[in-house]
Amino acid sequence: MEIEVVGPGCANCRRLYQEVQRALAQSGQPATVTKVEAMEAIAARGLLRTPGLVIDGRVVAYGRVPPVAEIVTMITTALANP
Amino acid sequence: MIVAPAARFVAPAAPSPVRTRPVVGMVALPAGAAGWWLVYAQLPAFAAWLAYDALGLARGSAAGAAAEFFLYDTPKVLMLLTVVVFAVGIARSFFTPEATRRILAGRREALGSVLAALLGVVTPFCSCSAVPLFVGFVTAGVPLGVTFSFLVSAPMVNEVALALLFALFGWRVALLYAGTGLAVAVVSGVVIGRLHLERWVEPWVYAVTPGRAVVTEPRRDWGGRLAAGREAVRDIVGRVWPYVIAGIAVGAAIHGYVPQGFMAAIMGREAWWSVPLAVLIGIPLYSNAAGILPVVQALLAKGAALGTVLAFMMAVIALSLPEMVILRRVLTVRLIAVFVGVVAAGILLVGYLFNVVL
Repeated sequence: MEIEVVGPGCANCRRLYQEVQRALAQSGQPATVTKVEAMEAIAARGLLRTPGLVIDGRVVAYGRVPPVAEIVTMITTALANP
Repeated sequence: MIVAPAARFVAPAAPSPVRTRPVVGMVALPAGAAGWWLVYAQLPAFAAWLAYDALGLARGSAAGAAAEFFLYDTPKVLMLLTVVVFAVGIARSFFTPEATRRILAGRREALGSVLAALLGVVTPFCSCSAVPLFVGFVTAGVPLGVTFSFLVSAPMVNEVALALLFALFGWRVALLYAGTGLAVAVVSGVVIGRLHLERWVEPWVYAVTPGRAVVTEPRRDWGGRLAAGREAVRDIVGRVWPYVIAGIAVGAAIHGYVPQGFMAAIMGREAWWSVPLAVLIGIPLYSNAAGILPVVQALLAKGAALGTVLAFMMAVIALSLPEMVILRRVLTVRLIAVFVGVVAAGILLVGYLFNVVL
């Protein structure tokens, strides 16, 4: 599973990264988490608001930091719908 | 040429967990409002008691005046801020940048700039998203000038500034600020649009083919909207309160230690150069509205002219060095210079206008 945390490095982006780590620990799902901070890459994903959360190429959330429980749900959903 | 990886979206299968029973909100809200009002009404008396009785400072002394100002303004501003941010957080849950972009795409200049300025006030916007937003707007067909109208009004005419102005100086001042702020945003956008400065945007911006990664947020129910309000308070007040306290401390010092009428000499109506000076000083400074308002309040109390002070406030909020650094990613230095120049000129005019009219 590939997870991307998209954002230029503001406080919310860092928080999202940490919440994603916690969610992964909780769900036990192995995944590579990368931070996408280059402006061109952020804009290329079509996001108007950061931070953005991308799981396996799909944008599942943006503009906010979802609570850990919700991230876990998103991970499970992504596993069920490859 | 940058080509986006195919980014599909999936609507979350689970219902949004951010839901509170509306009944709780129905009871908690009025109760909270009543409690807030009770505390708020007691603040002046409490501050005076704390400064003069509990701390033993002498009435009429500089230290006493400064302390009373600080002890009154700090809880007052923080309480007002909380209420306003909460209310606006709820209002903003009705607006999204994506919807704004749809509304603005392909609009002609004049109408587009007006719409953009208005939408800039109500669309949630964080300065860290300025670049993706700029690119997203421009590549979706929102004209450059219209995009700039949005970029000017969004930070400047923000709900925090308006509500605090209203609370501290009355609805007339707040309305004036809102009206002139919007005017500056619209005119800036139209001027920049007319100059056709697309060639001064960083080339990579127009080369981006954005992925259609628009996630449609699930429609929020009222529980979710109240939660949005709470989230906004946690986020904004949580970030802003150190600035507020620092601003109040400066305001308190000015209030206590700067002689009455001192500001009239350098910022009063008679000093015609006070407006340009205020704008020049304000541009490189950065503060959010909440932090700068106590300073504004103290300056006014010491005889500074309203026009000069509002121009200073606008310059501080609308134009800032950090924002320019962020925008450097998408705008060439020349375009940034034009942007700053046009907005500064607008603010200058506003400052003079106020000083003449009021």
